[in-house]
Amino acid sequence: MSEGGILIEGLRKRYGQGDTAVDALKEVNMRVEPGEVVGLIGPSGSGKSTLLKCLGAVIDPSAGRMTLGDEVIYDDGWKVRDLRALRRDKIGFVFQAPYLIPFLDVTDNVALLPMLAGVPNAQARKRAHELLEALDVQHRARAMPAQLSGGEQQRVAIARGLVNRPPVILADEPTAPLDSVRALAVIRILNDMARQYRTAVIVVTHDEKIIPTFRRIYHIRDGVTHEEQGEGRLPE
Amino acid sequence: MISLAGRDILHAWGKFVFTGFGLGLLIGVTLTMAGVYRGMVADGRALIDNSGADLWVVQQGTLGPYAEPSSLYDDLWRDIAGIAGVAAAANVTYLTMQVARPDSDVRVMVVGIAPGMPAGPGWPRHLVAGRQITRGHYEAVADVKAGLRLGERIRIRRKHYTVVGLTRRMVSSSGDPMVFIPLKDAQEAQFLKDNDSIHSQRRRTLENPAFNRPGVPGVAEAVIASQATSNFVNAVLVRVKPGYDVAEVAESIRRWQRLQVYDRAQMEEILVGKLIATSSKQIGMFLVILAVVSAAIVAFIIYTLTMDKIREIAVLKLIGTRNRTIAGMILKQALALGAIGFMVGRISATFAAPHFPKYVLLIPQDAVAGFFIVMAICTLASLVAIRMAIKVDPAEAIGG
Repeated sequence: MSEGGILIEGLRKRYGQGDTAVDALKEVNMRVEPGEVVGLIGPSGSGKSTLLKCLGAVIDPSAGRMTLGDEVIYDDGWKVRDLRALRRDKIGFVFQAPYLIPFLDVTDNVALLPMLAGVPNAQARKRAHELLEALDVQHRARAMPAQLSGGEQQRVAIARGLVNRPPVILADEPTAPLDSVRALAVIRILNDMARQYRTAVIVVTHDEKIIPTFRRIYHIRDGVTHEEQGEGRLPE
Repeated sequence: MISLAGRDILHAWGKFVFTGFGLGLLIGVTLTMAGVYRGMVADGRALIDNSGADLWVVQQGTLGPYAEPSSLYDDLWRDIAGIAGVAAAANVTYLTMQVARPDSDVRVMVVGIAPGMPAGPGWPRHLVAGRQITRGHYEAVADVKAGLRLGERIRIRRKHYTVVGLTRRMVSSSGDPMVFIPLKDAQEAQFLKDNDSIHSQRRRTLENPAFNRPGVPGVAEAVIASQATSNFVNAVLVRVKPGYDVAEVAESIRRWQRLQVYDRAQMEEILVGKLIATSSKQIGMFLVILAVVSAAIVAFIIYTLTMDKIREIAVLKLIGTRNRTIAGMILKQALALGAIGFMVGRISATFAAPHFPKYVLLIPQDAVAGFFIVMAICTLASLVAIRMAIKVDPAEAIGG
């Protein structure tokens, strides 16, 4: 595997024990290259959110192996001691709702992550401004989240997910609240950013509008993933 | 690193300021209550200081003259004045009563002072207007808190008095302003019966064959005369000559006169430790209740504010914020709320204190202690919210 990207092999997650045990993930295998955006789709209860939580290091998988870039982060147990730092430095999150911090302006919402990592405020804000410019929301840099439109909020959320240059971004239904035009704009941005920053992006979605845009799609059903080729058709 | 707490406060400043204002009023009441207690102690000490006495001679077995009734013959002061080490001894009476003004009345402590010895024990020490009492009857010097004016006529029992002087900070231990009148007038006011009672007493005396026997004229008249006059006072105030040991002089008076003698420390103990002990316990209970109520309010507010941010806290934790950063944010908000509340409370107490009928003494030490207590209460009150925030699962930020 090249630098960056994520590789998941035989990942499992079981909730409970004995007769009441539920296998939420039975056999998950995924590979996302740096700069690639893949879709993860499946019906409700198929294990999408559980997989996202395992990848996001917020719950413990039961077995399997995960490799981030060239670092094995999970191999039947976490191989990194500080999962909080792993989430902060190596994984970017974009949620269905932007979940921006309402009491921070746009710049500081984006700059907060590098600040948490110990980057000086001025440098963190400079990095945030660069991303806001790339995402075409630099003119709202001093605005509060409540003053932004839904599309602007989602672009700021994407900037926050990218600001620490993580090798992987987990996007949980990022286009759900948006209309077709804005949804495709968000996917275009994710593709552009993935290429520009060599980031592997996993987009969990139900959204029929954006499914044709993925080159590769992972279907998850009953906790098992199946890979298939997508159309990779992203309208200009 | 930016201050998350500061930004949140600035973002929701109205909520914080109004909540802090409400809390501040509660803290203001708490500080005022403490000030009322300090005022009571200060009034007690002022009573001791302003009496100008080193020793209080009272009826044996009593805690007089302020905490218990005490009655002494008014000629005892001469014997006491003759004891070695006594610089001055003066009779004094104390009587708390309503004094009539032309259109209202006012509650005061009427103090009877021995005439002819200005600056002697028991006399008002500093006048802010007018002069001291110079006549043996019907003149008064009043504390300004009584609201009397120079030249004003007041009625004490059946007699009228002219206010000839005004003094300041001469109050009883319960904060009632003092009105000084000549001793003889005060004795009359304290012990004199009403006309009907005097008439009845005379009739009974004259009907008593033991006093009114045929062939023994003058006995009944003598008895009646003794019944109509009072020769009792409440205490003798003693000033000790420089160079003499107060304790030794007190011991001499105890031994030779068989009277109860208190020095300043003992009198302070009686006033602060006994006379206002129940009031101070009452105030202490109020302070505890107010502290608990303040803590509950701060805890509720901070808990509610934190509950409103559960999703943001989950996101903050998901993106790698340390628990201690989140705990710090909540703690700082609680402390900021406490600081706003304390400022409002201190200011409101300062402005409200002069309007209280009793003396409210706000001392810097109480303010400093109050500030740290408020901060401690806010810290404790934030623990519930911090505990809840720490328990927030970052997975809550991820749907499903």
